[in-house]
Parts: sequence; structure tokens; C-alpha cells
Amino acid sequence: MSLLSLENVAVRLGGADVLRDVTLNFDRGEIVTIVGPNGSGKSTLLRTMIGAVAPSAGRVVRMAGLRIGYVPQSLHIDPTLPMTVARFLSLPVRRGAAEVAAALAQAGVATLGTRQMARLSGGQFQRVLLARALLEKPDLLLLDEATRGLDQPGSAAFYHQVEELRQTLGCGIVMVSHELHVVMAASDRVICLNGHICCEGKPDVVASAPEYRALFGTGTGGALALYRHEHTHSHDCDHSQEAAS
Amino acid sequence: MILDSFLIRAALAGVGVALAAAPLGCFVVWRRMAYFGDATAHAAILGVALSLAFSMSVFVGALVVALAMAGLVSSLSNRGYAMDTLLGVLAHSALAFGLVAASFLTGVRLDLMAYLFGDILAVSRTDVMVIWGGAALVLALLSWRWSALLTATLNTDLAYASGIDPRREQLVLTVALAVVVAVAIKVVGALLIGAMLVVPAAAARPLARTPESMAIIAAVIGAASALGGLAAAFRFDTPTGPTIVCVAAVCFAVTAVFGGVRRAA
Repeated sequence: MSLLSLENVAVRLGGADVLRDVTLNFDRGEIVTIVGPNGSGKSTLLRTMIGAVAPSAGRVVRMAGLRIGYVPQSLHIDPTLPMTVARFLSLPVRRGAAEVAAALAQAGVATLGTRQMARLSGGQFQRVLLARALLEKPDLLLLDEATRGLDQPGSAAFYHQVEELRQTLGCGIVMVSHELHVVMAASDRVICLNGHICCEGKPDVVASAPEYRALFGTGTGGALALYRHEHTHSHDCDHSQEAAS
Repeated sequence: MILDSFLIRAALAGVGVALAAAPLGCFVVWRRMAYFGDATAHAAILGVALSLAFSMSVFVGALVVALAMAGLVSSLSNRGYAMDTLLGVLAHSALAFGLVAASFLTGVRLDLMAYLFGDILAVSRTDVMVIWGGAALVLALLSWRWSALLTATLNTDLAYASGIDPRREQLVLTVALAVVVAVAIKVVGALLIGAMLVVPAAAARPLARTPESMAIIAAVIGAASALGGLAAAFRFDTPTGPTIVCVAAVCFAVTAVFGGVRRAA
């Protein structure tokens, strides 16, 4: 049985159709990436999966006892709310000090336990959010633009860690990201979303699909081609040619 | 019997209200719903007028109307009204309707003043019991739901992902708020209940590093303000409810300066 299934799900928000006829299954040990232009319903899809948005049609089926780790796109903590990093990791379930320290070390922010959440940099904040999601020992990990605020080495390390998690936890991973080239290369399956599912499949299949090209153009090189070039090219003459063609 | 002294009863009433109002006030501050407390409290005046008209217990009348008001605000806020506009309309309308309703009752004009500004020196033994009962209920409710409330306050999506329904937690806060308003109306009055919620919590903020420490410090500041205010009112012959709020406001000023100094250091 799948960890989580969406069956013909439609979502209306404020009178507008955000998603329609979405049918998807998510399984253990699989890294799935959702790509799509702004306003295509990527975040809404994740929020429907966690139960924050009720579908207007269709249904969401979760495996009994499913534990979800969720890293939201952004999290504003009101300045009137004092919150240390260690306390944040113990919400809503109390964790032992050793467990919290281990999670922080794993996320590469071992020294931040006593810091106030409001004082963290963007990158530190994202790592703390990931550490909290991992403490849930999730069956399914949902990452919404999780590398926001990380620099390039930081986000490369982040994806490396995600790959490791799949092996150590055996969890399913669903990512939404704008970093098409990195993300698609790391995925088993790519879902191209624009209100509905335009196309889905292995990264190279999706990258060459006409629906995907219609959304992202050929100018992105196919995101995958760009990724493959990275090892041999450090200059960008290819891309200017593509833009001109 | 120790409860026979009106000063002891007043002190117990003030501390009881402060202990329940302070931790609840922290949530009011964190969730930016300061005027939610005011709207609920103003509505309680309508409840007082109704209970006087039908000769019911004032506590029950205030509680019922405060609950209805809190429920109304919660449901309307999900329908796209701007929260400050909504609360402005409802809080003042409830107060106005309450005052008009009270004017139809003969011979209660003076009583009504006591409910607007509180009359802590007139609390009876039964009042003290009701206040401590209500305070115990609110504290039990808050400590039972503490983690879930905190998660839902932090971020509703994180709450959903952990299997917590933020709407249910909002309901818990709403009920707790109505109970505090109903028990506090005799102590500080409908116009100053909002201050007992918000001022101690705001005064505690610069001294706290975690949500729990902020709630405890707020409770200490609230209780100290109640006792200090009572003593000052007795000494200087000033109205008691407002004097309690004045002491809390001074605490806020002190911690704000202290916090500012510490941040600059």
C-alpha cells in the first residue's frame, strides 16, 4: 500500500480552481520532485497532503499511523514569542536533550540549541526546520522549497543529506523546488504540475516531454541537460546560443 | 474565619484572576488577538444586563454572552473580514447594546458601574470560590493542551502535519478566554480585563527565553500587580481595578527599559 494517495483531487481556494483531477501515489524509498511555474498549485498540493487544505472533490488516503515530516516554504515566528531552537525541536512532542542534540548535529547546526529562533540566519533556520522534521522519524518527508536561503554548497549538501535519509530512514520524500537542474537529477520521479498534472515520469522523460517544454521553454536547456553540462562547462556560451535560437 | 476580612478576599480574588489571565494573555499576545479579549469583555456587559434583567447569576450570564461573542468572532474571521475592523465593530456594538439594555432596567445604574470598572473590595466568599474555580479550570485546560496550542500558534501548517487541528485549539483558547472574562469582571471590570491579559504578558516578554518561562513570569508579575495595586489603592484611596492595572503598566515600563538595556549590551 502507498504511504499516501491522492484520488482525483480538486482544490478550490477563494473561488479559484487551484488543483483539478490530481491522482498520485507516494511510496517508501522514493524521491519525487514536483516542478511547475509560480501559482501552479505546488504548495497547495503539499498542504492538501498534510491535511491543512480540504479537497473540494476527490480524496486523500493516508496509510494508518502515517508520520509526516513537513518543512514549510516559510515560517514567520512572531517576535513576541520567545523560542529557543531546542524548545522548537520539542514541539509538539517532548524530546530528550540527547535526541535534540543529535538532530542538530545531523543537520549541521550543533551549536545553535540555546539560540532564539528569531536570531537565526535564513540558512540556519532551514536546517533547524529539517532537524525538527527528522525528529518525527517520518514515513513521508515533505519539503517545500527547502533550500531557500541556502548558498550553493549548502543546498548541494542539503540534497546529499536528503539522498542519505532515503537510505537510512527508508522514507518517501516529496520535494518542491525551483532549482530544476539539481532537483531533477536527484529524483526518481518528476511531476510537472500546472493546476493539473501535465506530465510525470523519470527525469529525462519529463525533461523532453512537450508539456514540460511548453511550460519551461527550451531555453532552460531542459533542466537536465544543464545539469549534465555542469561537469564539463563552467562558461555559459551554450546558454546564450540557446537563448538566441 | 480568615475569609471574613474583605481585604483578604480581595487579595485572593485578584491573585486568582492574575494567575489564570497571565498564561492565557501570553497566547493572546503571541497570536495578536489583544482586541479579541476586549471584544469578549465588552460583550460581557450585555451578559450582566441580561442576568440582572432575568435575575440570573451574573457569572453565568457573562459567561454565556462572552462565549457567544468569542464564537461569533472566530466564525466571522474565517469569512474574509479584516480582523481589526471586525473586532472594532463587534466590541463597541456589544458594549453599546449592553449599556442600552441596562438602561431599561430600573435601579441598577450604580451596579453597572461596578461591572464596568470592577469592585474588588465587594467580592463575597462565593465570588472568591467562583474565581478560583474558573482559574483552576482555565489553567487545567491550558496545561492539558499546552503543546498543541503552542504548535498551532507557531504555525498552522506545522500543526496539521503533526496531526493537530488548529481550529480545535482556537476553540480551547476561546472558551478559556470567556471563562476568564466571566470570573474577572467583578475584579477589574469589563473595561480593564484586556489589560490584565495583555500587560503582564508584555511585561514578561523581555525576561523570557522560552514560552513556558514567559507564562510563569507573566503570572508572577500579574499576581504581584494585583497585590501591589490592592495595597496602593488602600493606602491612597484610589479605585482598586485601575490601580492594579497601573502597577502592571509600571512593571511593563521597567522590563521594557531593562530588556532594551540588555539587548544593547
